[in-house]
Amino acid sequence: MIRSTRASATLVAAAISLASLASTAEAAGGGAKELMHPHFGFEGVTGHYDKEALQRGYQVYRTICSSCHSMKQLSFRNLGQKGAPFYLDECPDGVPETTNCSNPNDNPIVKAIAAEYQVQDGPDDYGDMFDRPGVPSDPFPRPYPNEQIARLANNGALPPDMSLLVKARHHGAAYIYSLMQGYAEPPASVEIPAGQYYNEYYPGDMSQYLKPEYKDAEGHPLEGVEVPPGGVFAMSQPLYDGMVDYADEEMPETIEQYAKDVVEFLTWASEPKLEERKKLGVMTVIYLVVLCGLLYASYREIWSKVDH
Amino acid sequence: MSHQSTYDPQTGIEKWLDKRLPVVRLAYDSFVDFPTPKNLNYWYTFGGILAICLVVQILTGVILAMHYTPHKDFAFDSVEHIMRDVNYGWLMRYVHANGASMFFIAVYIHMFRGLYYGSYKEPREMLWILGVVIFLLMMATAFMGYVLPWGQMSFWGATVITNLFSAIPLVGESIRTWLWGGFSVDNATLNRFFSLHYLLPFAIAGVVVLHIWALHVPGNNNPTGVEVKDVKKDTVPFHPYYTVKDGFAIAVFMLMFAAFVFFMPNALGHPDNYIEANPLSTPAHIVPEWYFLAFYAILRAVPDKLGGVVLMFGSILVLFVLPWLDTSKVRSMRYRPIAKLWFAVFVVVCLALGWLGGQPAEGVYVLWARIATAYYFAFFLIILPLLGVMETPRAMPKSISESITKAHATTTIGGAAAQPAE
Repeated sequence: MIRSTRASATLVAAAISLASLASTAEAAGGGAKELMHPHFGFEGVTGHYDKEALQRGYQVYRTICSSCHSMKQLSFRNLGQKGAPFYLDECPDGVPETTNCSNPNDNPIVKAIAAEYQVQDGPDDYGDMFDRPGVPSDPFPRPYPNEQIARLANNGALPPDMSLLVKARHHGAAYIYSLMQGYAEPPASVEIPAGQYYNEYYPGDMSQYLKPEYKDAEGHPLEGVEVPPGGVFAMSQPLYDGMVDYADEEMPETIEQYAKDVVEFLTWASEPKLEERKKLGVMTVIYLVVLCGLLYASYREIWSKVDH
Repeated sequence: MSHQSTYDPQTGIEKWLDKRLPVVRLAYDSFVDFPTPKNLNYWYTFGGILAICLVVQILTGVILAMHYTPHKDFAFDSVEHIMRDVNYGWLMRYVHANGASMFFIAVYIHMFRGLYYGSYKEPREMLWILGVVIFLLMMATAFMGYVLPWGQMSFWGATVITNLFSAIPLVGESIRTWLWGGFSVDNATLNRFFSLHYLLPFAIAGVVVLHIWALHVPGNNNPTGVEVKDVKKDTVPFHPYYTVKDGFAIAVFMLMFAAFVFFMPNALGHPDNYIEANPLSTPAHIVPEWYFLAFYAILRAVPDKLGGVVLMFGSILVLFVLPWLDTSKVRSMRYRPIAKLWFAVFVVVCLALGWLGGQPAEGVYVLWARIATAYYFAFFLIILPLLGVMETPRAMPKSISESITKAHATTTIGGAAAQPAE
């Protein structure tokens, strides 16, 4: 078995080095501060979402983020699917008995959320477009009708769609969590252009924003001048302490808590099948381990009579 | 190993069929009673693992194609539709995406094994050449598959790679336009890549049949590199001996596969591919999938575009003539003490090229990529041809069974393990 152990060790080593490939490539690139990484419940082999955090995260998204960021891949019905923020196993009191609330289309909370919006529909039988209250099958409304208006409203920058944001950034959850808390006072050595904002965690290069007295003739930082971490971009600080009222009195209304909750929600939005995936994964691994054991025992038995 | 068929049809239908179309006999002779050297180690299980990889990719791929839309305006959203709304669509897609990586892990190990044990040497040249053809088809298939989700890396990867063809003198620009089906990577490109991505796996399956055929004529090589002398003493029937051993290896491989699919499905991908393709915005770093990084490093090691392209394709084409470059009469490096060392360096160099391909093409990285590239070619074009003449191989066993008896004697004397390795 010596050689086979070595073979599997090689495989594992290959797997690990492959997995770390992406992260090493990233580490070489950025001059940003090292990301803060709190413990998220959805991480790890048995990870799952915290339903209350998802609901609070949706509230933060709805109140703050959604005024600039779209959520193209999501419809209201997604909010009521299994593992989603407003999924209901059973109907709350006051809902007719015939209703199946685990069906997102009949989920009263989801219906109420959708109905908060006016959605354009049509054309009707007279060829006219008309507005009606939203229903669960409607997609999340977009903050801007087109990219041009979005850029016009945001100093030329386009707020990225949020439905896959966590997967579209290196270490997305930790990155967004850190970015939300990274709006520090810019150091005195740099000059931030108008309409731009400094963030310690934004992957950028601050040397270009050094004031002239800190640079040499070629624009390189003078010796002994420390280039601050982070970068500048067009999003002003979105979260402040106390700006969203949580129903739960116990919950701190702080930037940190908002950031953590909205990251939980955004992770769900980009990976809604995470819980199902991990559950099936545990079962699959158990099955395969048993299968490996059986096959190995059969292998030993069958080969026991052969000199090899 | 061509051998007398031992198939003896028992039932009426088998007898009837055997006179008309002896497929059962073919399967029996190929996968049941096929005499296989009894000293094959676990490195020899990757052929079976690769067959499983191909089947997994085709099955998941056919299902994904039922829900995917090959149009630049809908491709990205249709993949998300698969991930969110199709029943177990997330599973199909993650298996398919990670399956490509697993396929390449297995094929690289398979190729290194062939190199180490001299499996490309007479009379297995065709077997090796067909393997290189499969590898090329795999690369084309994987590259075009990565374009289909129409994310940022899909689009820009396709742009970089198709632009390579424009380096060809005189006709390069025309070839590029022809590949694109237009004047940039656009809807026509996506559409044809989808069509070819669906077609090529079946071409691979066809060449796999030839590959197995070419394996079954001379029979398996083995870690000693000594041909089978006595079928009774040196071999065991493929079934049940290697079905169970390959089966065990496949199950262990599946365990690693499952770990990626279920617990880190995006670890091998690039985050930028979750951003929809945008021809107006170039990502900061355009990098191919990890399994192409070594070739990417060779491409960028050369300051001249055409030179880089030539070397990159040359790094694979050189494999076609490897059976004639290696002049040694001894197959297995087990008995080639010097070649073994150069081979070890070669493996390290290949891994280093893979790492360098992921680094920015600047400064010290370029220098190292050049050194590694030089070694890569030197290994095939200088070291192997010379070693065959200069190296004194160690004494080889007379037969497979003798090598086993000897190995047993050493382990018993050493007192290390009563049970030998494998």
